[in-house]
Amino acid sequence: MSTIQSLAGQNEQHPDVALIERVRAGDLSAYDTLVRKYERQLFRIAQHITQNREDAEDVMQDAFLKAYEKLDQFQGNSKFYTWLVRIAVNESLMRLRKRRTGKLVSMDEDVQTEEGSVPRDFADWAPNPEQNYNQSELAEILKKTIQGLPQGFRVVFALRDVDGLSTEETAEALGLSVPAVKSRLLRARLQLRERLSRYFKRKTPAASQSQASAKGNGPRGDGVEA
Amino acid sequence: MTCTEFLEILDDVIDESIAAETRAEIEVHLKKCGHCEVVLDTTRKTIEIYRCHEIYELPTDVSERLHVAIMTKCSKAK
Repeated sequence: MSTIQSLAGQNEQHPDVALIERVRAGDLSAYDTLVRKYERQLFRIAQHITQNREDAEDVMQDAFLKAYEKLDQFQGNSKFYTWLVRIAVNESLMRLRKRRTGKLVSMDEDVQTEEGSVPRDFADWAPNPEQNYNQSELAEILKKTIQGLPQGFRVVFALRDVDGLSTEETAEALGLSVPAVKSRLLRARLQLRERLSRYFKRKTPAASQSQASAKGNGPRGDGVEA
Repeated sequence: MTCTEFLEILDDVIDESIAAETRAEIEVHLKKCGHCEVVLDTTRKTIEIYRCHEIYELPTDVSERLHVAIMTKCSKAK
């Protein structure tokens, strides 16, 4: 499988490769294209780690500048975006260290917690539950919920599930092992699900928990809407 | 298949990287376990909601300002 993938990879050149070659040849407009392509994603990653808008803006600028200066060191063994994220992650952690002077900051912070790893809330969600909230309420709920996770979980979830990186790419970008990414992703997903359930589950009183366990007899509202 | 076993492979189920024979076992389990069915369904929805709603929006004016700053710094570098 990996052989097939690597052969396919050799034949299909990623569009970034040509842009990088142009940048190396001195064409700054090609770098402009790369910045436009990834600036929103990089900003998001920096926000997830620093949880501070100003820091995220600075990290984004510093990461793109550093990547530009170090472009000769980019080997092309991984995707440019993965390499870029790795720089942004390091810049974000450095920024956190500056804020909490003297305190060690790493991707391993708080990941030992087992909280929320076992599902407890089995109530089904309302259909299209996000429609029960307006845009800003929903954004607040989503933000508050993910901010409650340990940093090492948030970033794995953001890269893997929001950005769509593979497990291997996420591991590479974060300097983690593949099993560590897998374990964090599962716990991040379960914890987010558990926390979002508070907002999104069907508004049926008490009955919903026991009903969910009885197959084919799930909570349907049935005129007992809270 | 037990609920614990199902939970261990939940990510693979969501990412659809499950062997055909395990898929059949999962289907049997989900038919009789409402809890696991809800966990699977709502975890999928969790991912979908985060994917569809950008929580750290970068307004166009801010993005433009940062973009100009980045490109100015790059043009002076090297």
